[in-house]
Amino acid sequence: MYKKIMVPVDLEHTDKIEKALHGAAELAKSYDVPVCYVAIMGRVPNRVAPSPEKFEAELNMFAREQAAKYGIETECKAVPSVDVPVELDDKLLGAVDEVGADLIVMASHIPGIADRLHLISSNAAYMVKHSNVSIFVVR
Amino acid sequence: MSDDRKQAQEAISEIEDLYDTDYEIGQDNIEKWGFDMHAPVFPVSAFLILVFVVGSLMFPEESKQGLEATRNWIQNVFDWMFLSAGNFFVLFCLALIVLPVGKIRLGGEDAVPDFSIMSWFAMLFAAGMGIGLMFWSVAEPVGYFTEWFGTPLNVAGFTDESRTAALGTTMYHWGLHPWAIYGVVALSLAFFSFNKGLPLTIRSTFYPLLGDRVWGWPGHVIDTVAVLATIFGLATSLGLGAQQAASGLNFLFDIGAGLQTQVIVITGVTAVAIVSVVRGIDGGVKLLSNLNMVLAFLLLAFVIVAGSLGGFFSNLGRTVTGYVEYILPLSNPVGRADDTFYHSWTIFFWAWWISWSPFVGMFIARVSRGRTVRQFLTAVLIVPTLVTIVWMSAFGGNGLDQAADGIGELADGISDSTLALFQMLTHLPLTSITSFLAICLVLVFFVTSSDSGSLVIDSITSGGKTTAPVTQRVFWATAEGVIAAVLLTVGGSAALQALQAGAVSMGLPFTFVLLAMCVSLSRGLYHERQLLQYNEVLQR
Repeated sequence: MYKKIMVPVDLEHTDKIEKALHGAAELAKSYDVPVCYVAIMGRVPNRVAPSPEKFEAELNMFAREQAAKYGIETECKAVPSVDVPVELDDKLLGAVDEVGADLIVMASHIPGIADRLHLISSNAAYMVKHSNVSIFVVR
Repeated sequence: MSDDRKQAQEAISEIEDLYDTDYEIGQDNIEKWGFDMHAPVFPVSAFLILVFVVGSLMFPEESKQGLEATRNWIQNVFDWMFLSAGNFFVLFCLALIVLPVGKIRLGGEDAVPDFSIMSWFAMLFAAGMGIGLMFWSVAEPVGYFTEWFGTPLNVAGFTDESRTAALGTTMYHWGLHPWAIYGVVALSLAFFSFNKGLPLTIRSTFYPLLGDRVWGWPGHVIDTVAVLATIFGLATSLGLGAQQAASGLNFLFDIGAGLQTQVIVITGVTAVAIVSVVRGIDGGVKLLSNLNMVLAFLLLAFVIVAGSLGGFFSNLGRTVTGYVEYILPLSNPVGRADDTFYHSWTIFFWAWWISWSPFVGMFIARVSRGRTVRQFLTAVLIVPTLVTIVWMSAFGGNGLDQAADGIGELADGISDSTLALFQMLTHLPLTSITSFLAICLVLVFFVTSSDSGSLVIDSITSGGKTTAPVTQRVFWATAEGVIAAVLLTVGGSAALQALQAGAVSMGLPFTFVLLAMCVSLSRGLYHERQLLQYNEVLQR
């Protein structure tokens, strides 16, 4: 039914997306398809890595760990961005076609006061609104 | 493994250990309500901003007197230090261009630039001094020629020699020296961030000197002072600039230059700046900077052609010879007799550039990944100076020609420095179009300072993270507009001038900060070059 599953990841907060990672792995096993982990990579040092090159290495390692943990085929893609909080949504959307995914499994926060006051937005909501492929939003 | 390789390997790990920190970017941050705040830099900065604003509103005259007295004291007592430090920064940057460390690439050997040369340059210029050039390129040289407020080295006004002196001196204030000040800060930040993986915040440049102590209170102090200097520098320029823009708009459209027009200008500039930061560096800041470059080029080309091509080339000659002739005597801090000029112009400018350097330097750093040290300093130091020579020869040259030939208001001297540009344009063809273009440029230059400034404050107050939610940068852009509008409405010019004097006074502590940066950067670059050499040994 699906060919490839894309999972957007924030390497700084992998603990918060455990359920999405698990769900994506289970789907990958049942359809026997690969999972591609996509991360948006800034140009300035961040908590994950001091440089884009090391960031890519971290993402690679993450993908390999997931493969070993769940016994699935994995790949990854780091998308460069000069201004992450602004470009994140569009870069993720662009990555869907690039990696050739037809299902997205992504974590999303439970809306709270900050959402009601429009102080923060939901990346998952943006993807649901703008992407053509199926999306499984995990909470 | 041969001995050579073994030694190289040991030396590499020794150097890498020097920059190995356990500090994790964002580890002191609090994430709440759409903010990602460094504690204590964010709350302390916000609190101090509030204290200073409320203080200057409750006691506008007292705070104006107090802060202006502080600024004057600093400028009079430390004049030699500002001037000597400025000279040192120029020599330091020129040395880095020619020394072998110039080959070091920001972001490592394989890093590629994120922006095209033109966009990169447009952003440096728009953040750095676009707005000042609009206002001072006519007023400053004409002011010297007409003996408005002191003359450089006491050269007598209204003479042929004073025309050359006027153009040369203005170039001195807007050429190599300010850009070297920005260059030192920008290169230090870019190097320690992109090559050493330290957070993009001012304190990181002190890591080689202070080690892990920079993550504690010495770093908090440096970052907080940088935030205060930036926000007050930007907000007061916006407030005072709104008065200038309003007088320009009134001059053109006769809509009144009162408080209402000024507040509309502040609101408009802030609104566009907010849209720009929400659209990000690529979709907002870069776009506006490029637009401004095109507009500025059109206006420049027009002023050159309309003012007479022959006149332009003769002024170009004057500017270049004036700059060469006067750069050394004006850089000399010993035995100066031109007190009014020396303190009110040169030292004021130097304190001003230095107090702006954390902001402009950090923004330049952020967009400069992938350039070599040599390319970087050439683009930051030499190219803007060359462009400014052309700009000054066209605008200042035309103004001087009018003043010398007795044409228009400029011939009577500077009545209102903010109108000098428009008074010059009045005596060229198509005045209404060019004046309108000029006012648009002024407004967009305000926006390009405001949006890049908000990004810088956003990054410092989140401990060097550039991934804080968009809400946070909107908060800072809004704060800047609100501070400007409130100060102007409630406290008037006195409150604005008070806080501006406060911001400029930050130039003194930052002079020491910049000198320390030079030491730190020299060590860092020296280590980086050693690393490259040892790596070559390993690859052989």
